[in-house]
Amino acid sequence: MSEELQELGALIELKQPDCVLGWDVRFGELSVDVTPSSIAGLVEFLKNDSACKFSTLVDITAVDYPERPKRFEIVYHFLSMFQNHRIRLKMAIREDEIVPSITGVHSGANWFEREVFDMFGILFSGHPDLRRILTDYGFRGYPLRKDFPTTGYVELRYDEAQKRVVYEPVKLVQEYRQFDFMSPWEGAQYILPGDEKGEGAK
Amino acid sequence: MMDGTSFEDAQTGEQKIRNFNLNFGPQHPAAHGVLRLVLELDGEVVERCDPHIGLLHRGTEKLMESRTYLQNLPYFDRLDYVGTMNQEHAWCLAIEKLTGVEAPRRASLIRVLYLEIGRILNHLMNVTTQALDVGALTPPVWGFEEREKLMVFYERASGGRLHSAYFRPGGVHQDLPPDLIDDIEEWAKGFPKFLEDLGGLLTENRIFKQRNVDIGVVTEEDVLEWGMSGVMARSVGMAWDLRRAQPYECYDEFEFQIPVGKNGDCYDRYLMRMEEMRQSASIMIQACQKLRAPEEQGDVLARGKLTPPKRAEMKTSMEALIHHFKLYTEGFKVPEGEIYACVEAPKGEFGVFLVSDGSNKPYRTKIRAPGYMHLQAMDHIAKGYQLADIAAIIGTLDVVFGEIDR
Repeated sequence: MSEELQELGALIELKQPDCVLGWDVRFGELSVDVTPSSIAGLVEFLKNDSACKFSTLVDITAVDYPERPKRFEIVYHFLSMFQNHRIRLKMAIREDEIVPSITGVHSGANWFEREVFDMFGILFSGHPDLRRILTDYGFRGYPLRKDFPTTGYVELRYDEAQKRVVYEPVKLVQEYRQFDFMSPWEGAQYILPGDEKGEGAK
Repeated sequence: MMDGTSFEDAQTGEQKIRNFNLNFGPQHPAAHGVLRLVLELDGEVVERCDPHIGLLHRGTEKLMESRTYLQNLPYFDRLDYVGTMNQEHAWCLAIEKLTGVEAPRRASLIRVLYLEIGRILNHLMNVTTQALDVGALTPPVWGFEEREKLMVFYERASGGRLHSAYFRPGGVHQDLPPDLIDDIEEWAKGFPKFLEDLGGLLTENRIFKQRNVDIGVVTEEDVLEWGMSGVMARSVGMAWDLRRAQPYECYDEFEFQIPVGKNGDCYDRYLMRMEEMRQSASIMIQACQKLRAPEEQGDVLARGKLTPPKRAEMKTSMEALIHHFKLYTEGFKVPEGEIYACVEAPKGEFGVFLVSDGSNKPYRTKIRAPGYMHLQAMDHIAKGYQLADIAAIIGTLDVVFGEIDR
């Protein structure tokens, strides 16, 4: 299986040299780094090429790496029911970059791209209907970005006096618990409480 | 003239025929949860169908980023809450692939057994409530009785009727008692009789056929274009089942058939689900027989960093005690990497895309729910059908909002 994927990766790189930045096979999965500008063409090629036949779109998602200059990584998964193999495409994009939509190639990309927009605020050019999908009507912010707090910013309740649902800023009785599992023996980067005068604190 | 031949007195220039917009749900019993459809109707005929989802969005993926791998496992029960263990399985597989741990043989057999119970749980719910949507009242009452028995099997294995958290990375939580295996086998042997009775109510029922035959037809192009999987894909005749195509656990040792449809309509999907339940019952019997074999009496957890030590060991070994404490507080660490693990859940391909940064918490998890793709195609499928068919189509799309909204 792995050798076939190696061959496939080499083939894609050979046929689409300007789209592919690199590829590798890890854990029995082929993963290809691609350039954002040519994504639609590459997906079309993968769909129609007889050796690839990636005719089913499995998933589109994004990963947020705030420390990288190209902050987001968009990840596509495709499946070929004919050749029985899978592929993952990854492309790094900047926060202000607009990604070409692949809805023209796979209609099923519609909701996935809406979800990525909803969750990360990444815009897709050429998308027919780029609305929020999973979050509330009128929601603000992009929840799956790493700088968005897990608790969110607003909470809502039914107001008996106004007879309607009202939005209020989140009030927490107890701080949201983010446990720190970094062991001081493994080189924690902060000053341990009570150790302010110790060696590491200087 | 007031002889009724003309309506000049009642007609004004302001009257124009316009399409009727209808809100279907979110509190409609046939919406199978909290689905809101904005329908544009031309008379009775659906012109446009815009599903509004997200009313059950709980931010599972965000929550998972701040919890350990083991703490995240129960979230999977709460996705598709009809056949819960199938989701847990995808999560366990993702972790096992990244860490290179393999579940022991007995755990694998138990998993197969419970995955098939999950499949029957799901299909029973789907077939019977879909029948309810098109007007049959008895099937859900019968179906839920069988579901109840299956949930007792869930409970006897894990303690939970629905949210079991039974599959663990590296195996299953606990071994099955021998009498439970006997009871499951006995139930599985009697189940085809029940399916016959249920089929007797529906399969040749004139009203049921009128409501389902040639309704919600999908073609092979639709399946590929909209990324459908599971029963939806098989209903057009594509024999695509991950249990066969990309086998996981020990499915390759089991004898079972994969039913495929011909017409891709709601009725075909009903028939396929009925047949899949028969096949699942047969797999369950095979699994029970294998589980009783003397050579299959091993451990159910791959003992190591991912799993707790044996209770008896903890009483004598300090290391085992420390390991137990660290496992349930800090959790285990998963090596850096990315993985996509998928299983043939009852509804289709359920996948987990896991990005690990080497810590004890997942950096990013994406849950790929089959129902998401199927509901997305709703606009395409429902166009041109009548309003009453919408309920039948939603029923056979097999949508559950726990997994779609996440």
